[in-house]
Amino acid sequence: MDPNSLTFIFLNAALINNFVLALFLGLCPFLGVSAKKETAWNMGMATMFVMLVSSISAYGINWILVKFEIEFLRLICYIAVIASAVQLVEMTVKKFSPGLFRALGIFLPLITTNCAILGLALFQTFREYDFLQSLAFSTGAGVGFTVALMLMAGLREKLELAKLPTVSQGAAMGLMLAGLLSLAFMGFAGLGSSHA
Amino acid sequence: MSVLPNQQEQVTLDTFMRGLWEENPVFVMLLGLCPVLAVTNSTMNAIAMGLATLFVLVASSTLVSLLRKMIPKQVRIATYIIIIATFVTIVDYVIQAISLDLYNALGAFIQLIVANCVILGRAEAYASKQKVSASIINAIGMGVGFTIALLCLGTVRELLGAGTILGYQIFSSNFEPWVVMILPPGGFFVLGAWLLLFEYLKQRKEQKLLAAEGATTNGS
Repeated sequence: MDPNSLTFIFLNAALINNFVLALFLGLCPFLGVSAKKETAWNMGMATMFVMLVSSISAYGINWILVKFEIEFLRLICYIAVIASAVQLVEMTVKKFSPGLFRALGIFLPLITTNCAILGLALFQTFREYDFLQSLAFSTGAGVGFTVALMLMAGLREKLELAKLPTVSQGAAMGLMLAGLLSLAFMGFAGLGSSHA
Repeated sequence: MSVLPNQQEQVTLDTFMRGLWEENPVFVMLLGLCPVLAVTNSTMNAIAMGLATLFVLVASSTLVSLLRKMIPKQVRIATYIIIIATFVTIVDYVIQAISLDLYNALGAFIQLIVANCVILGRAEAYASKQKVSASIINAIGMGVGFTIALLCLGTVRELLGAGTILGYQIFSSNFEPWVVMILPPGGFFVLGAWLLLFEYLKQRKEQKLLAAEGATTNGS
């Protein structure tokens, strides 16, 4: 598969180089909101939306920065855009779905410090994706994040019923589970390379 | 400088030591895990990342603490983020100038220090309320604690995954490296194992305390 085709970029971001399990981006919400499948789903959707908005804005901003040759301001501009995008999502969710707003709680504003989103904006700049490629990349990353979050939430719901030694209850077991998931996702590594 | 009553903390050894052990950002508070797992596949990367974070943490804590009376409450988070982003940009260019190899090895994770919740957490929870001296000492403690945690992971992963530490051969050539330790799953496993160890130590200490209490009550 052509490494610059939209399908490959999408699959690469969603599965092969999954943001959470292969690149270690966005671990805080991954460990923090993965206790229940429902909240995990909502969090995934909110993150996906912010990813799309910030990816599009980052593309525009980078164009301006390059034009005026002030690339050293990139980081500051990106983080400011992400913070405003999160604020926008927060206000929209609060207005149209107060129930969801309460369910997500503190994790909604915390999307700002989700490194998956800043990472996405930086990666798409480093790899010099054009506009459509950036869109495919951010959708793929969002889908990958949601998939990882949902899988983890499903596992943790099962884990509640398991008998564990007292030592391993809590975060340690969550990390071990994440390790196993990450091991499983390494199986996607060969995907797409056979046609190269 | 006016003193806010019953909020200011006296600068003691504890201000520094807390970050190392009791409130270790990685092992106890589980903050800033992304760089902890992503760049610790070798000891060198771990040291560089730890020092970069330490610098940003101390510099931004100092500035936030200096400006704490001037920053309006409503826009404080945005202000902190901009301050942090400025220092990260400096670190980014400095590392690029010192060692391009290191810069390429760490990749986007230097710039991602901005999104490290340890730093924003310190600014919000400590530096915005305390005096400059206390903030600096606390930030150094936290930064050193963070670096130690990175080293704990980096050395174990490099030793098991490649049989070396800082590039020096430790195990004999008969040693078959556990390649998985350098790959992403290894990061999760090693951090999980450290957390298990600390939890075990904590529980054993609690049991000993309980046993000691039981002995004294029985004896008296």
